[in-house]
Amino acid sequence: MTMPSRLPEPYGQGSGANLADILERVLDKGIVIAGDIRINLLDIELLTVKLRLIVASVDKAKEMGIDWWETDPALSSRARRDELARENAELRERLARLEELEPGRAPKEAP
Amino acid sequence: MTGLRYVYAVCRPFGTPLQAQLTGIGGAPPALLHHHGLVAVVSTVPAADFSEEALKARLEDLDWLAATARAHEGVIDALTTVTTPLPLRLATVFRDDSAVRMMIEAREDHFRQLLDRLGGRVEWGVKVYLEAEPAEATPAPAAKPASGRDYLRSRRAQSHALEEKWQRAEQFARSLHERLTERAEDFRMHRPQNAELSGAAGRNVMNAAYLVPRKRSEEFVELVDRTKDEAPGIRVELTGPWAAYSFTGETAGETAGEAAGEAAGETAGKAAGETVGETAGATVENAGEGR
Repeated sequence: MTMPSRLPEPYGQGSGANLADILERVLDKGIVIAGDIRINLLDIELLTVKLRLIVASVDKAKEMGIDWWETDPALSSRARRDELARENAELRERLARLEELEPGRAPKEAP
Repeated sequence: MTGLRYVYAVCRPFGTPLQAQLTGIGGAPPALLHHHGLVAVVSTVPAADFSEEALKARLEDLDWLAATARAHEGVIDALTTVTTPLPLRLATVFRDDSAVRMMIEAREDHFRQLLDRLGGRVEWGVKVYLEAEPAEATPAPAAKPASGRDYLRSRRAQSHALEEKWQRAEQFARSLHERLTERAEDFRMHRPQNAELSGAAGRNVMNAAYLVPRKRSEEFVELVDRTKDEAPGIRVELTGPWAAYSFTGETAGETAGEAAGEAAGETAGKAAGETVGETAGATVENAGEGR
């Protein structure tokens, strides 16, 4: 056992933890107490959402299929398959429409 | 007096002095405010930054926010080496010491319960990344698809490959998580991080926090280390030990609820799970005038 008064040094938190690690803890976690300065806690929620949306471009993540946390925290892939199926259907539809619009490009239907 | 009292954390009295050179927000040294057998760790912050109006604007400034968040975490981190702090959310500010004492009195039972539950425990963050593969960087097929059918076919093949990679990453994350929970007392699943904010390479597929007794931390860290080379194309990152930030909400069993809540209406889920009424109270009172 090491010195009881000093607890073990961090295992590289200073270097390993990025700003996102820190922000997600100090903004999202920890005990919420309304102090005398009434900042609207919703502002903080909004801010973090903003950080996620703007800095982080959630849309891009979704596009890549990184959206499981939105539907199933237990790492479900079902949600993603649903998404793929939906996207697939959407693409088919759009493609069909496009090919109709460009008769020259649709060889079989050319007169 | 233009100073306000910023509260970083509440803990039990501890014998070891804090590092002499420790500074908090704005470079001010943190002080210990003893009351009712508890300690609030506080420092003086300028009203110019922390009045309602100023703070609102400040929070929108990412550089200021980052510096403040780091200073906040710096104090919590220093406390974590000598005791078990209960970290308060960023920017919890009171007018003076007597207001801080009142806050302690109003919540001392809750603080004690939390301290009993979290004492001697730390939080470890474990993230799993799916490394970007070179093939993925050049997804454009050599030949332009001749028809929609071809396009769809190649698109399907791509999706399929992606799906397989995801499945592998999921399987790995799930098995890692199972092994880690055996050595942890509790866990929380956080949202995966975005590369642009975190600056980390690859895609974050799991972002979890584990509550681990200090005594078993070494074992926990070793276990994570051992898994690091287990799966090709997958990276495991460990951070900590943190103060138990992620576990200051009510209790276990909340885990599922919280995670589910995080998806849609996180705010609502949290308000329900945590300090009931706090969020709502703060919101309502914000509309009126602070005393």
